[in-house]
Amino acid sequence: MIAEHFPVLVVILPLVTAPICVMLRHGGRAWLLATIVTWASFALAIALLRQVMDTGAISYLLGDWAAPWGIEYRIDQLSAFIILIVTAIGSVMMVFAPKSVTAEIPGDRVYLFYTMYLLTFAGLLGMAATGDAFNLFVFLEISSLSTYVLISLGKERRALTAAYRYLVLGTLGATFYIIGVGMMYQMTGTLNMADLAVRLPAVAETKTILVAVGFLTVGIGLKMGLFPLHLWLPNAYTYAPSVVTAFLAATATKVAVYVLLRIYYTFFGAGIFEGLPVSNLLLALGIIAALGMSAVAIFQDNAKRLLAYSSVAQLGYIVIGISLVTATGAMASILHLFNHALIKGSLFLVLACVFYRIGSTKVDDMAGLGKSMPFTMAAFVLAGFSLIGIPLTTGFISKWFLINAALEKGWWIVAVVVVAATLMAVIYFWKVIEAVYFRPRPDGALVVTEVPALMLVPLWVLAGANIYFGTNTNLSVGTARRAAEILLGGGG
Amino acid sequence: MESLLPWTIVIPLIGAGLIILARHRPNLRETVTLLTAAALFLSVVSLTPAVLDGGRPSLVIWGILPGLDLMLRVEPLGMLFGLVASGLWIVNSLYSIGYMRGNKEQSQTRFYFFFAVSLAAAIGVAFAGNMLTLFMFYEILTICTYPLVTHSGTAEAVKSGRTYLGILISTSIGLLMVGIIWTWNAAGTLDFTPGGILKGKVSDGLIGVLLFLYMYGIGKAALMPIHRWLPAAMVAPTPVSALLHAVAVVKAGVFTVLKVIIYIFGIELVNGTAASLLLAGIAAATLLFASVIAMQKDNLKARLAYSTVSQLSYIILGAAIATGASVIGGGMHIAMHAFGKITLFFCAGAIYTAHHLTLVSELNGIGRKMPVTMIAFVVGALSIIGLPPMGGSLSKWHLMLGAAEGEQFIFIAVWMLSSILSVAYLMPIVVRAFFRPLPTPQSVGVAATGGEGGIEEAPLFCLIAIVISAAGTFALFFAAGDIGQLLAPLAKP
Repeated sequence: MIAEHFPVLVVILPLVTAPICVMLRHGGRAWLLATIVTWASFALAIALLRQVMDTGAISYLLGDWAAPWGIEYRIDQLSAFIILIVTAIGSVMMVFAPKSVTAEIPGDRVYLFYTMYLLTFAGLLGMAATGDAFNLFVFLEISSLSTYVLISLGKERRALTAAYRYLVLGTLGATFYIIGVGMMYQMTGTLNMADLAVRLPAVAETKTILVAVGFLTVGIGLKMGLFPLHLWLPNAYTYAPSVVTAFLAATATKVAVYVLLRIYYTFFGAGIFEGLPVSNLLLALGIIAALGMSAVAIFQDNAKRLLAYSSVAQLGYIVIGISLVTATGAMASILHLFNHALIKGSLFLVLACVFYRIGSTKVDDMAGLGKSMPFTMAAFVLAGFSLIGIPLTTGFISKWFLINAALEKGWWIVAVVVVAATLMAVIYFWKVIEAVYFRPRPDGALVVTEVPALMLVPLWVLAGANIYFGTNTNLSVGTARRAAEILLGGGG
Repeated sequence: MESLLPWTIVIPLIGAGLIILARHRPNLRETVTLLTAAALFLSVVSLTPAVLDGGRPSLVIWGILPGLDLMLRVEPLGMLFGLVASGLWIVNSLYSIGYMRGNKEQSQTRFYFFFAVSLAAAIGVAFAGNMLTLFMFYEILTICTYPLVTHSGTAEAVKSGRTYLGILISTSIGLLMVGIIWTWNAAGTLDFTPGGILKGKVSDGLIGVLLFLYMYGIGKAALMPIHRWLPAAMVAPTPVSALLHAVAVVKAGVFTVLKVIIYIFGIELVNGTAASLLLAGIAAATLLFASVIAMQKDNLKARLAYSTVSQLSYIILGAAIATGASVIGGGMHIAMHAFGKITLFFCAGAIYTAHHLTLVSELNGIGRKMPVTMIAFVVGALSIIGLPPMGGSLSKWHLMLGAAEGEQFIFIAVWMLSSILSVAYLMPIVVRAFFRPLPTPQSVGVAATGGEGGIEEAPLFCLIAIVISAAGTFALFFAAGDIGQLLAPLAKP
């Protein structure tokens, strides 16, 4: 039965296709192959999620080597959900990509773009699928290294410094992670996540493990852009090719959050929050991120950078949800992973369309686009409403559960923070809206028209998903709830 | 006739779609608007007999969150609001045709489109079966009216639009949403239930906090100091000010206030508490201050806007007193004020269309040029002041009865004082219009050709609308008994 190999196939398929793209040496063909592979992965992800929801977690032993010695792939509700997010976004982005990529990347490097895209894709999926702490490191590096290349492909020369900065900080993060894993291995003699979960509680009080928690948190915090470790993020998002920004914003940080959830709840169990001030620390960082970064976003004049800061702020919400250490809180975080991927995916795709037409994402340059690019900008309004959390959108569902979780725990301050950050989101979002709809095109600016259907359709699929999953929450809420229950129930 | 319930939302949406399709043929487009308005009104009317008989037509649209449905449920208060909003839409559409064409406004298709969508949202608010559904339609109403407020696209319009949206969105997301989630957390339901859902679920001290989350969260009710959006919204074309910012939007606000007090808190829970007294005090202050500000406004629409702020607080005060008669009076006042105020706005727009006058100080002798308009103005003004034989007198009577029932006699004095104040800001206009001489011809410009006493009314469509709404204001005086009967169930816990 091929179906039992799905857990590994979803990772291997893009991984082995990447070198084939290099061999093709042709942008168009590489795109076709990459598109087919991402959609195939998406299909696999759907199959996996269904299977997991029906029968519970799947364990897959690589090469049939039994777990502590061989590498185990383990797909539970949470990982299946993450895999679904990554593959869904990744495959929609591929449909969108060709025009935008051709416009922004020199022709002779286009095939390399698709190669690196597939590697990033495979790396992110591997991180979500694996049940082995060291294997996770390997995939973390695969995705990171290829991401550095993707960012450096950006049109402006500043993309290089942005990529370099990310490379330094990203490597630091990966190193911290592997140091943490090493310490755990030293104390428990295993790298398998399930084994770690069994053996760690016995040594949880030791100094080594406490230090390991610190290393792991900082390491992964760097990858997910957790305030104040987010310094690489705004530049990387601003100067990377538009499609890359959209893809990374919607997936990469989300997978990092997944890893953090795994570390806390699966490796250590919820007990970790009792012994250590992790919860308070995360809460504090989350609050500062949500408020501070939203405030910073207001003062940005480049829409891409504005949204980048908004992403750091939104990550604050997710971290706050984790810091609550309740099933509802974890659920709100997991749900927001999904919803925020849809929101930011759509918003950055809009900017990709804008960049495709006017070659800039400066708010001033976007003035008057509401008339010339009505469908693109309507998607921006829709996704922006979702970001703010207007009812009937995914953003509202996220806010609903997050505030609910906070009230349930009696943490009023969280509700206040979420509301305050939302109001700031209204301000920075409206800043763009007013420019787009109420200001005339600048004098001497290009006369532009709507982008081609090949870009509009994927954009609207993502934007429409904000409404669909804002009104039909069975899939997102249902899966997030199961995942959170399993994390908090089975982990400790 | 329950089967028509979903159509009350769908009809205006279909109409909106057809308006877009008919964008190149203005006559067809306006016909679509009128037919849609008529169809909507009929479908709303068709629900009335069932509701009068104690039925509560309801419909679950779909489950949006686990245990929470998007659902409609028609109860008396919503029935009344639905009737008022959809009925006046017909009149207002007639008026819009005259006004928009008379002033050669731009982007009329967009105008009619968002108008229709706004009406769908208003009906959604009226018939919402639980607080979540109401909240959704409430937010949609805010967003859909934004393009109408900023219709002209001028810098001033954008600035006012910012105030409009800023206040309405920040209060609703910042306070109302939190209140709703809190309610859900405490009560485990958000269904509108006679007698309320919060009794015994939230401690007495926190009930007050929750009450204020709601009352200041419902920005559309324009309680001071979050009333600024309403005068700002006056930058919109007058038909928008008339139907949306005297009827649909602002009434959606006070309607929500009443709904929350009656069906979420339950009037017994609110009545006589310290928080409700504080709320009543704020409402009373708003009511008086807004009247005083209205007196100082020379711009006619601004004066009417502050009058609306004042009148909305009549209803909030009625809700805060929270006795059977006061909430019925509050509900009734939704209808009474709607007719009175829309008439006044129609008149203001007619004066602008015919003579391009916006300031009260310019209106000397205008009654001689526009007798029909200004007589209608008198009718509307009398109703706002609360004099018989106009509808406004009876809702005020019920409100005062309610205050007496709650033994809060001070508020009877407040209402009487308010009547005097509204005489002070409305009657000078009437006096100017009829008893002051016309200014010399050159200062009026175009009017010179008509000579002294020449009649120059607004376009016919405007005039028809004005006459209908004025007649309605008068007729409501006699229909008040029926309305009272419709609303009677509100008083029963």
